[in-house]
Amino acid sequence: MNDASTSYGIEIKGLSKVFGPNPERVIPLLQGGMSKTDILNKHQHVLGLNNINISMPAGCIQVIMGLSGSGKSTLIRHINRLIDPSVGEVLVAGVDVVKMSQIELREFRRHKTAMVFQKFGLLPHRNVLENAVFGLELQGVPRARQLEAASHWLDRVGLKGFEDRYPNQLSGGMQQRVGLARALANDAPILLMDEAFSALDPLIRVDMQTILLDLQKEIKKTIVFITHDLDEALRLGDRIAILRDGEVVQQGTGQEIVLNPADDYIMEFVRHVNRGKVLQVKTVMELLGDPAAFADGVEVAGDTLLEQAVSALLAANKTKLVVTGEQGKPVGTVSLNQLIEAMVSP
Amino acid sequence: MDWFWTFPHLDDDYLRMLRMSIDDSFRSLTRAYGDAIQQAFEPLRYLLLYAEWVLLNTPWAVVILAVAGLAWLASRRWPIVIGTVLTLLLIGYFDMWEDTMRTVAMILVCTLLSLVVGIPIGIIMAGSNRVQSVVNPILDIMQTMPSFVYLIPVVMLLGIGRVPGLIAVVVYAIPPIIRLTNLGIRLVDKEVLEAADAYGASRWQKLRNVQLPLAMPTIMAGINQTIMMALAMVVIASMIGVQGLGQPVLRAINNQYFTMGMFNGLAIVGIAIIFDRISQAFGKRIQKHQEHTHE
Repeated sequence: MNDASTSYGIEIKGLSKVFGPNPERVIPLLQGGMSKTDILNKHQHVLGLNNINISMPAGCIQVIMGLSGSGKSTLIRHINRLIDPSVGEVLVAGVDVVKMSQIELREFRRHKTAMVFQKFGLLPHRNVLENAVFGLELQGVPRARQLEAASHWLDRVGLKGFEDRYPNQLSGGMQQRVGLARALANDAPILLMDEAFSALDPLIRVDMQTILLDLQKEIKKTIVFITHDLDEALRLGDRIAILRDGEVVQQGTGQEIVLNPADDYIMEFVRHVNRGKVLQVKTVMELLGDPAAFADGVEVAGDTLLEQAVSALLAANKTKLVVTGEQGKPVGTVSLNQLIEAMVSP
Repeated sequence: MDWFWTFPHLDDDYLRMLRMSIDDSFRSLTRAYGDAIQQAFEPLRYLLLYAEWVLLNTPWAVVILAVAGLAWLASRRWPIVIGTVLTLLLIGYFDMWEDTMRTVAMILVCTLLSLVVGIPIGIIMAGSNRVQSVVNPILDIMQTMPSFVYLIPVVMLLGIGRVPGLIAVVVYAIPPIIRLTNLGIRLVDKEVLEAADAYGASRWQKLRNVQLPLAMPTIMAGINQTIMMALAMVVIASMIGVQGLGQPVLRAINNQYFTMGMFNGLAIVGIAIIFDRISQAFGKRIQKHQEHTHE
């Protein structure tokens, strides 16, 4: 769908945002090492983001996680420059978004990014179909192609037959499907999702996560997903960056964060995570030692979750697991005891 | 202690001089540019004459049918249509048809002019706090200044007739549409605007696709108010030669014809209610997406 030769990775370099009447004056102080509290108390400026460096590979889901006030919504708005940074670069496919002129920026927003909002941001006076074509209409795509793309994606998110409804006739979950269809119809390589599922009921939220993961296998867009929910972050994120008080406190894969939380703050989050549903057997296995001792073990793939591995062992009434790598070659071993040990939080 | 008991004021001679010099300079301005200004308003006069000509030369039954059709299209409700037809029949039966048609023509042109001028001003006002802080006090003046006062310069410039009447009515009736357009656009949901920005909407696309449609209920309320204010002004405008229902009322005041004043007054009320119900019903119907919400 997208031009395969260009990969739309996102590179955020040294990004800071200071809110207040005169940010230019405060930035040098910040770079000189002044603290957030000093900036607030002595200079009446709020430090929104401080020296953010995140590299988001193309075609992956990058989750940015943080509690309210951590700056995560501010950060995502820098990628399509709904907010201008005080200092720093946002490189998308090598081009600095910060340096774009207004016209370049508009074209960039029309063709390269699509955004899904926490409160949906649908047009209340337009029905579902007319909402879904909105991005394409702004691009100036011919009407027939607008309708074709919109119908296709409405169908994919499960809204076939609802084209004539108005947003306020739909439940929150269905409204957000419209938001998702509108974003996907745009066919932009980058999808920005600002707490897209946070306003939904827990069950519907899991539903929407499943839809997103299924679609991503096929569309392979660069997705930036904001959330305050670590379970959601771990489920969706190929990579996760955790934000606190406008600073990145840890980034890495979900496995890395759960196994090696960087500090007490993240430890506190991770404690409540159901590790059996997050960790994969390959992260807790022992590299292949003595295959003979595990000769009668159950074979599972490396990315099997601990919980599934335990169920597989129980079903086979065995205690030993052989982890296989590519082409089904055994690469490591885990015992039932080791699995259960790994599932208990430290 | 004299200054304490009587307010120290400008010298009488000086005041008289001031008034005379302002009046004189305005009068010479009138002499110099009066014709040019009159020329500039000529298209409006033609529009007014044309509207009057159409309404007066169409057979009454056709006019009533057309208004009834309009009422039906706007409201889709029989009570409104029946009420409209009955009111018009009564007005005609009491021999006020021609004056009513003149007034309706006047109101239509005044409303049209108010919208054409007022909505863009409201849009510009919504986009800039500075413009708003300049325009708002002007609107306050337009609404509170006794209308007779600004009739004086209008008559001096344009004489007596339809166009000065039109201007007087528009000055009086335009503030609500400006204010409510401004308010409606400012109240548009910030989230939806952000979504439009995020998808790369230009200013014009944002205005056309997001701001105006979402502000429409408020703008419709402004249109309704503007029509009502224009009708209220019709009697006063008749003092400077606007024909229609205002003139018999004026004559009734001068000669103490109670019944004549009452009939024509009621006719004005009648068409006011027709305009009001039709425009409100239309406003509600274009907002049908706000009805029957989920749950």
